[in-house]
Amino acid sequence: MKAYLMLLDGSVFEGTAHGDFKETVCEIAYNTAMAGYVEALTDPANMGQGMLMSYPLIGGAGICKEDFESDSVKAAALLVHELCSAPSNFRSEGTLEELLKEYGVPCISDLDTRAIVRHLGKNGAMKGILTADISDKEALLKKVKETEVVPSLKEASLKEVTVFGAENQGASVAFFDFGTQKSVIDQFIARDCKVTVYPADTKAEEILKANPQVIFLSEGPGNPNDYTEQVEAVKVLKESGIPMLAVGLGHELLALAEGAKVEKMHTGHHGSNYPVSVPHLGKAFLTVQNHSYAVSEENLPESIEIMANNVNDGSVEAMRLKNKPIISVQFHPAAKVGPQSTDFIYDEILALAKEAK
Amino acid sequence: MRDQSIKKVMVLGSGPIIIGQAAEFDYAGTQACRSLKEEGIEVVLVNSNPATIMTDGDIADKVYIEPLTVPTVTKIIEKEKPDSVLPTLGGQTGLNLAMELDELGVLKANNVRLIGINAASIKKAEDRQEFKDTMEKIGEPCIESLVVHDVESAVDFSAKIGYPVIVRPAFTLGGTGGGIAYDEEELREICANGLRLSRVTEVLIEKCISGWKEIEFEVMRDSNGNCITVCSMENLDPVGIHTGDSIVVAPTQTLMNKEYQMLRAAALNIIEELDIEGGCNVQFALEPNSFQYAVIEVNPRVSRSSALASKATGFPIARVAAKIALGLTLDEIRNAVTGKTYAYFEPTIDYCVVKFPKWPFDKFVTAKRTLGTQMKATGEVMAIARTFESALQKAMHSLEENRKSLLHDDFLALSDKELEEIIHVADNTRVYAVAAAIYNEMPLEKIYDITKIDMWFLSKIKRIVDMEKLLMTGRCDAETLLEAKKLGFTDDVIAKNIGTTENAIRHLRMIWNIKPGFSLVDTCAAEFSAQTPYYYSDYGIENEVDTTHRKKKIMVLGSGPIRIGQGVEFDYCSVHSVWALKQAGCEAIIVNNNPETVSTDFDVSDKLYFEPLTPEYVTNIVDMEQPDGAIVQFGGQTAIKLTKTLHDLGVNILGTDADHVDAAEDRERFDEILEYCDIARPKGQTVFTTSEALVAAHSLGYPVLVRPSYVLGGQGMQIAASDEDIMEFMDLITRTIPDLSEHPVLIDKYLMGQEVEVDAICDGKDVLIPGIMEHIDRAGIHSGDSISVYPTVSLSDAVQKTIVDYTMRLASALHVIGMMNIQFIVLNEKVYIIEVNPRSSRTVPYISKVTGIPAISLATRTMLGEKLADMGFGTGLYKQSGYYAIKLPVFSFEKIIDADPYLGPEMKSTGEVLGISKDFNEALLKAFDGGGVSLPKDGKIIVTVRDKDKAEICEMLKEFKDSDFKFYATPGTRKALLEAGFEDVKPVNPITGDSPNIMDMLHAGDVSLIINTPTHGRVPSRDGFKLRRMSVESGTSCLTSLDAAKALMQSTFIVPSDKMSLTDIAKLKVQK
Repeated sequence: MKAYLMLLDGSVFEGTAHGDFKETVCEIAYNTAMAGYVEALTDPANMGQGMLMSYPLIGGAGICKEDFESDSVKAAALLVHELCSAPSNFRSEGTLEELLKEYGVPCISDLDTRAIVRHLGKNGAMKGILTADISDKEALLKKVKETEVVPSLKEASLKEVTVFGAENQGASVAFFDFGTQKSVIDQFIARDCKVTVYPADTKAEEILKANPQVIFLSEGPGNPNDYTEQVEAVKVLKESGIPMLAVGLGHELLALAEGAKVEKMHTGHHGSNYPVSVPHLGKAFLTVQNHSYAVSEENLPESIEIMANNVNDGSVEAMRLKNKPIISVQFHPAAKVGPQSTDFIYDEILALAKEAK
Repeated sequence: MRDQSIKKVMVLGSGPIIIGQAAEFDYAGTQACRSLKEEGIEVVLVNSNPATIMTDGDIADKVYIEPLTVPTVTKIIEKEKPDSVLPTLGGQTGLNLAMELDELGVLKANNVRLIGINAASIKKAEDRQEFKDTMEKIGEPCIESLVVHDVESAVDFSAKIGYPVIVRPAFTLGGTGGGIAYDEEELREICANGLRLSRVTEVLIEKCISGWKEIEFEVMRDSNGNCITVCSMENLDPVGIHTGDSIVVAPTQTLMNKEYQMLRAAALNIIEELDIEGGCNVQFALEPNSFQYAVIEVNPRVSRSSALASKATGFPIARVAAKIALGLTLDEIRNAVTGKTYAYFEPTIDYCVVKFPKWPFDKFVTAKRTLGTQMKATGEVMAIARTFESALQKAMHSLEENRKSLLHDDFLALSDKELEEIIHVADNTRVYAVAAAIYNEMPLEKIYDITKIDMWFLSKIKRIVDMEKLLMTGRCDAETLLEAKKLGFTDDVIAKNIGTTENAIRHLRMIWNIKPGFSLVDTCAAEFSAQTPYYYSDYGIENEVDTTHRKKKIMVLGSGPIRIGQGVEFDYCSVHSVWALKQAGCEAIIVNNNPETVSTDFDVSDKLYFEPLTPEYVTNIVDMEQPDGAIVQFGGQTAIKLTKTLHDLGVNILGTDADHVDAAEDRERFDEILEYCDIARPKGQTVFTTSEALVAAHSLGYPVLVRPSYVLGGQGMQIAASDEDIMEFMDLITRTIPDLSEHPVLIDKYLMGQEVEVDAICDGKDVLIPGIMEHIDRAGIHSGDSISVYPTVSLSDAVQKTIVDYTMRLASALHVIGMMNIQFIVLNEKVYIIEVNPRSSRTVPYISKVTGIPAISLATRTMLGEKLADMGFGTGLYKQSGYYAIKLPVFSFEKIIDADPYLGPEMKSTGEVLGISKDFNEALLKAFDGGGVSLPKDGKIIVTVRDKDKAEICEMLKEFKDSDFKFYATPGTRKALLEAGFEDVKPVNPITGDSPNIMDMLHAGDVSLIINTPTHGRVPSRDGFKLRRMSVESGTSCLTSLDAAKALMQSTFIVPSDKMSLTDIAKLKVQK
């Protein structure tokens, strides 16, 4: 069946319908990583997103649920050039098509994906609609315009307070979950921490009551400016004096809580090859990133010190709050789909916790 | 930060092109030298290969085309006093040489340091035991193995780990001398051979893991410890077949993220431990059903794979490696493709890349075509598309092997059982046999069990086969046609299957608007806008090319894959033409498909199309670009073959027009021209059948020269002495060229005279001849395999005048504009024409360098309408340079089992070296030295020649009566020598005779030279063939040309061994 992607600016791209195909409005974000499609599809940070894969051959190694980054496929849609129907890998449990059907996610294949990436690059990231019928373009455009894509952080995060690594001897970590990948929790567990994961609608007071040694603000989907409830919670948490690490959406929420501006980027960073320069270490690192919003350096509050910038576009990649044991990074340290060289940040925050003790 | 103490850097090249070490090092070296010069470094270059671009005066500050040997390079270091040596750009040759210089203390004594890699790291990566220990230390698994220095230890160890085992000699390139042994007997043979070929008499015996996936990573690291992976690659052919002989795809296709990250992390771990500041290639074997892997090999330098990775991603590895060697870090180096971002990122690609090897089995008909751990390919092609299917088919088309589809009658005709047997053996045509098996509906699982080619690849091949099957049913609607084009089918294959004409399909495509689009290769999947116009075509995609006509657009057709007869010298020509066009204010567009070359570097031309050099693909580009002209003179026969297509499209062919190109190639028309010019040629006839060939041979009288028209490198050319020969050769020719009506066979009277060669630049009125070259070997040996001397030493003034005069007459009669190459035979002071090629030849780079005349640049300017008279080099024969320059062919016989090393009219050499000196004999000796042929002044020489050469050998050896050479001869030859008055000739029995025979002497390893002229025939069972193969396999020089042997002995005898002059080529250019 023919299927179409229509963007907010009215441009239309033709392909073939796959997965559980249904009309879907989503934020179109391209992903330039050549490996890790299962991990990306199940990453809660991709909720509400139509994942446009720039690499044309997707699904060649099949799927394996062991590699899920959450309990289900979280992306709103998948947009590819070729969806492999005969995958090959010893762990493969089936085709990507089957997975998408199982989780009710639509897909369009046979797209000129590069053309769409170029289009977004020229005009900026935007919403779009997947549809099998483009006879009424006006109505479709209206639908794209009017449909708000605001992923629910509550849905993105774990539903209940959950403890991981209960028997561990290291620091106790309050893990404020806005839609984390499983592998981030694993980072703390590997460092012998006892991790208590709190759903995104948890009140700050509840977290502080548990008297954690470290607070972690996780990554997650969407526009941070939409999540005032969480920003308020972070405002409270950051004043607690407890060492805090924030990543991705968490980093953006922290910036908002501190009074900085967080703005939508042109197309964002979605891939596994972003260089970040860290002047105080005299080094640069390759990082995995997945964000469409970034902290603005304009009118930056005095209390924020920028620690790292993107080598290519100069955007803010890391910051710390002056006089507080709080650091945050925009990229994903130690994400499974790419370079792990920045995982020392977890050690740093744990060292701060030790000092604070 | 840039290390300011580095000011003058010596770059070591890789020497002549041989199998396993081809044009990729010219590409890497050229790019690196330019990168160094950008940083203000004074560059001293050493490379014995004159056909390269890197040895041009404008690439480096000082250029030494001298032997890559320790004594010579030591002398250059002493003279030039560089502060650093960059050894990672010259392949295994450069690395080994750097190691030797370090071990012998030459570097220390001259206060020179290695940059890019240190000696300890080279040893860690190259020495088998140290490598194993290093990997063990950092927890990277290796294959169970043991380093041995004798055969018995190998046998003991193999009994312990179990057969099959792989034998890998240390410090050899392309895995020379290695192999898989399935039992003790095989092990003894392979191991003994490997030990001998290893520079340090050392081989590794390892457990055979054939059938595992073979995965490669190209990684880079800077002095700050920043690491990146540039590209991952997966071999279609599993472990067991050399990666140079494998079909390779980038990026990896069958790995999940988990395995990908595991191997990526391992590769970075390794480069970190090896402390490399530059690029490195890591090869892994991955067990297909687990996470078990093993590190196969690490190349701590740029390599064939790094060239491929550079072209596959757009990331210029050599350029960046050179800057890193100077101390710059990845985050300080600009990504030259985007101009905005930095080199510190991992390229991401949004297409699929397929590399296909080009093998020389068409030249070596007796050679074993089986593929294994020893590389046999001379070159490769690369293709880019959005799908694997299309990339594979485009690569196949780029090979120029008449294979337009994966399905071939020769395999389709076979039974399932026969196909099963065939795909058991990995050889150069296995992928076609696999396609035939799929066509016959052999289950993919079964094919996988036999070949271990991953199911992913088999499924993709099946998709291609299924489409062809669908086309066979005659289906031809818009949807099917688009789908077929997306899978890489060409119009002619589609037409053949549905039973119509290529034009009809093209017409349908135009009606249905099924046209190709062109995409950019930009390192970043369109995330950033790129500056470099590097394109590939595909269907169903938008067109990104800006075709605006800002200035005159000229298209240069490249020469495709490196093969015997068409090597790096044609890339030299293409690149120089592009540069000349740019200088003249034109927009230069290049079309080529060879990832190893400078011409496909992203910043050489104004636009680069990485496409097959076949009519359909070239037509697509012409349709879109509408160029003002096209140049076909510089891309060898590959480009010449496209003349008609371009002409029919209405493209203005710059330089000699299509009609006159045809006049030079067409026998009858050319005869008319010769008659008009009053020039003689050996009598000959054009024939279309074997019986016509026999009649022609009889009327001309034996011996005659038999050759197909329209070929380069003398493919299929033979000297026939009898009817049997004619029949044998005609059979061979018709096997490669089935349709003789379009490409007939030429039968010429064979004249045994002095061969002379001339390259000339013509502007339609005047002619400039840079120089006259003569061959040391008499006529009958292909010009590419002959030792060529500039300037001429034996021709009388009258003959030289005639040659210049004939050249002018022919240039005028053929209306040549641009380059032409003429081959003459001089016999008894009379000059005959053998052939005229209205195009550039393989001698152009060398004659340009020696005379200082930028021949290609001038030729390109003549094509644009300029006149020679205005260019400042004069006309007629250019004044002689003060130097002798001698070009010596280099062969790769040790790589190709069962190829006969005797030289004849069919070209066999893979590369060349140059010897240059003010003294003729010194130039000769340098050429031999550079070519790896060394004869001590008291060397042992075995002489065994056929009866008709016996008188001549006696005459020849007389000149060396006072030498210290020690002569041995087989009974017949010895008898003749004794009769001629040589008392000091010791007897030795033929190779299959009683001991002590030649075999025993070769085994003892102290023979320096064998002089053997072949009794006639190509049958490999004869004694002569065995002798020649044995000499190749034992590493003993064997010359089958008496002229070459004499030249070697004479130069060795005359030139004092302690003195050797050096020549800076860059200075010759300035002298102009």
